[in-house]
Amino acid sequence: MKKVILTSGLAVVLALPAVGWSADYQMDTSGAHSSVNFKVSHLGYGFIKGRFNEFTGSFSYDPSNLTASKVMVTVDTGSLDSNHAERDKHLRSSDFIDAREYPEATFVSTSVTSMAGGKLKIAGDLTLHGMTKPFTIDAEIIGEGNDPWGNYRAGFSGTGRIELADYGVKVMGSSSYVDLELYVEGIRQ
Amino acid sequence: MAQHQVEKYDGVSRLFHWLSAITVLAMFALGVWMVELDYYSQWYQKAPFVHKSVGLLLAAVTIGRLLWRLKAEHPEVEGKPVEVMAARTAHSMMYVLLFVLFVSGYLISTSDGRGIEVFGWFTVPGAGELFRDQSDIAGRVHYYAAFLLIGLVVVHVAAALKHHFFDKDNTLRKMIGISK
Repeated sequence: MKKVILTSGLAVVLALPAVGWSADYQMDTSGAHSSVNFKVSHLGYGFIKGRFNEFTGSFSYDPSNLTASKVMVTVDTGSLDSNHAERDKHLRSSDFIDAREYPEATFVSTSVTSMAGGKLKIAGDLTLHGMTKPFTIDAEIIGEGNDPWGNYRAGFSGTGRIELADYGVKVMGSSSYVDLELYVEGIRQ
Repeated sequence: MAQHQVEKYDGVSRLFHWLSAITVLAMFALGVWMVELDYYSQWYQKAPFVHKSVGLLLAAVTIGRLLWRLKAEHPEVEGKPVEVMAARTAHSMMYVLLFVLFVSGYLISTSDGRGIEVFGWFTVPGAGELFRDQSDIAGRVHYYAAFLLIGLVVVHVAAALKHHFFDKDNTLRKMIGISK
């Protein structure tokens, strides 16, 4: 009996890649192996780096069928952290992202295009400051495999540029845009 | 406190009172003005620096004022019983609001663990983030407490003037130091 289960289990596992089975991954936020970072010019002389400490996300990913991949992320805008209490308070205020009125920002992919050299173009809808606009993330596969603690992980990096005016956020400084830097590690479910 | 044996407030109490009065009004004006400053204003960093420095110094002065109050003899609050009660309540509320302002102001700026510099003389250490959304919540508390305090100041001044010009009693004189 045991043998039958093992054998049939093996058969299923072997059959999976052939049918393009997409695995679901949960972004590793509890272990903080994923981060949503931003970078914005300060006066044109330097850069401020910050991040959103709280977000959740998931993706489905199959290396043999990349275009079937999907990504979903929800960011708690109130968790903005640029390592400066007074600036963070200002950035969360209605002068900028208005975290009280719009506590969440979301990204939901609509299509994934496979590019040369393990690169991906992830198109989707970004909702920020109460407005939803098409948004593209240039992503790259970093690696995947078993971790030492019994899980299977896949990791990506991504970049994207948010034009503040697109989302109705006033442009006050020297820069009209904010660059996103994303590092995502997913644990296969 | 309040032995009712004296005619006027002592010099130290009067100094505390008028120093606080001027500081509170100036801090309110400075606070309302500075939060609307443009990022490129030359006051954008200087104004909050002065506001925080003065605020922390006033906190220390107010603690000293309360300690002095425990020991100094105070003249009686004049007026009808209901007026005396209202005056006492208003006075206590103003002290409470002052401390709400000191604490909330401190909490706005220190949730990242940074201390607050007082005129470059010394730094009051920051306690970090003690509760979620600390800076935002403390900011709203600070804002409303400030308007509430100024509202009470207006009532306080109006009452003093009413006692001075209509009741013609010693209420204002004993804080100026010229009681009849």
